[in-house]
Amino acid sequence: MRLRNANNYGYLFILPFFILFFIFNLYPIFYTFTLSLHEYDGMSDKVYIGFENYSRLLSDDYFWKSIFSTWRIWFVNIIPQIGVALWLAAIFTFNRIKGQAFFRAFFYLPNLVTMASIALLFNVLLDWQNGFINQFLVILGILDEPINWLRIPSASQNWVAFIQFWMWYGQTTILLLAGMSAIPTSYYEAAIADGANKTKIFFYITMPLLRPTLIYITVVSLIGGMQIFDIPMVLTDGAGAPEASLQTMVIYLYGQAFRFNQYGYGSAIAYGIFVLIALFSFIIYFFIHKKEEV
Amino acid sequence: MQGMNIATTRGSKRFTYVYIYLILGILTLLCAFPLYIMFINATRSNIEILNGISFLPSTHAVQNYHTMQSKVPIWHGFINSTLITVPFTLLAAFFSSLTAYGFAMYDFKYKKYIFGFVLGTMMIPMQLGLIGYFEFCNYFGLLDTFFPLIITGAINTGSVFFIKQYTEQSLPVSLMEAARMDEASELDIYWRIALPIISPSIATMSIFNFVFCWNNYMGPLVLLFSEDKYPLPVLISLVRGTAYRTDFGAMYFTIALSILPIIVAYAFLSKYLISGLTLGAVKE
Repeated sequence: MRLRNANNYGYLFILPFFILFFIFNLYPIFYTFTLSLHEYDGMSDKVYIGFENYSRLLSDDYFWKSIFSTWRIWFVNIIPQIGVALWLAAIFTFNRIKGQAFFRAFFYLPNLVTMASIALLFNVLLDWQNGFINQFLVILGILDEPINWLRIPSASQNWVAFIQFWMWYGQTTILLLAGMSAIPTSYYEAAIADGANKTKIFFYITMPLLRPTLIYITVVSLIGGMQIFDIPMVLTDGAGAPEASLQTMVIYLYGQAFRFNQYGYGSAIAYGIFVLIALFSFIIYFFIHKKEEV
Repeated sequence: MQGMNIATTRGSKRFTYVYIYLILGILTLLCAFPLYIMFINATRSNIEILNGISFLPSTHAVQNYHTMQSKVPIWHGFINSTLITVPFTLLAAFFSSLTAYGFAMYDFKYKKYIFGFVLGTMMIPMQLGLIGYFEFCNYFGLLDTFFPLIITGAINTGSVFFIKQYTEQSLPVSLMEAARMDEASELDIYWRIALPIISPSIATMSIFNFVFCWNNYMGPLVLLFSEDKYPLPVLISLVRGTAYRTDFGAMYFTIALSILPIIVAYAFLSKYLISGLTLGAVKE
């Protein structure tokens, strides 16, 4: 009898969290939407302008360019990231590798280091005349003369993608390893009994069963990748140089809202980003799902 | 899971292993290289760095430290980061475990929907409410204080989710019922019986929350204005633009100093972090 009464205590346990959650999370989210319907510079009164900020957003070339840059950086990083992580996870699962725990721990380390510090480090390493990377590549004979990487749009994007790859492939490996180790050994034993070789086992047993993990990793990476801010912000001038190639969606949002004090328009950008992320996540989700049926 | 060793033909085995260790070695180098160069260059003078590369440390660490100190108040940054991160982590530990326990151990009406709602909000990007939050803090005079950065620790949905999973798996309902027989209050049961049992999950989440808050750059960049309140990441990002740019040795030293505590802590805590990663993510 007491148990049934006790259940309502559950509300009391979750109540403090929800009060704070409504005040500090949901309310600001709704308030941002209200702001997106206004013109507001933080000083003068807000002016209600309906959905004008949104129509402006749709025809804003800089916004479209920021979507493209964000995607390019994410895409250039996610393909090798998942490729290398799959290879590593397969190697660790199917072979007796000495020092496996060490390698795993080591590959994960860059993920914990402050991104602002990492970006500044690469800013120095990539310095035109005096950066380590140019000096080293010239000594190796790979380059004839130093390249001013952070002045070339595509090179800058690729370097950001490389830093992202460097920071995340360890974590992706660990998640894939967990996914692979969850596959029952009996499946493999049956396949071996049928005379399947390693490659076949990987592609016909491991990969299909790993699909939920892969979907999870890709969607989470996409959501994070669309919000990339710290690295491109600190790597160059904080405004997306060179030629706005590092102006990701969130850097554009930050610039409009907190550099140019266009809080209304900035809020519309925030909602634009939110809708895009939701849309992209669904597309990726269905894309991978559909592939499964083929 | 390790060493399942399926279907490797003996002839190719040795070659395969050489090839595997070679690639693992390359990846390890790739992983360590930027950090290694950072530590090496932190000990070299500006002139040495301008003259070329070296893979061995030099003797100018102290000099670089003094140059850094005259230009960046980095210890201030450490103190500010600590003053923000410690309360944030404690709030997260307290509120998340309380909420997770409520979800895990009680069977109240609409629980599924309420929890589903919390899960759904985890997908919302952090920046969505940022401008609204900024204006909200502005209205209540909370801008340029640590409060808005700390209080969000109390609404950490990721921790709620993780600790709830752990609580469901590790805390038997029979234990609670026995305690109720002894007339213990519900809060007592949580505090005296549940907390010690679920504390490993709280500890794991606390490490993650600490790292997240310590590394947070955008939050303090938007919400703080005074330089003497900046935590480490914001302070570090300022180094890029300053006159200081001309002294590479000091710059490497500053970056190295900002990263060192994390690497040292990781050497001790990597086991918990890595096991925590997979627990929270893959189990459905």
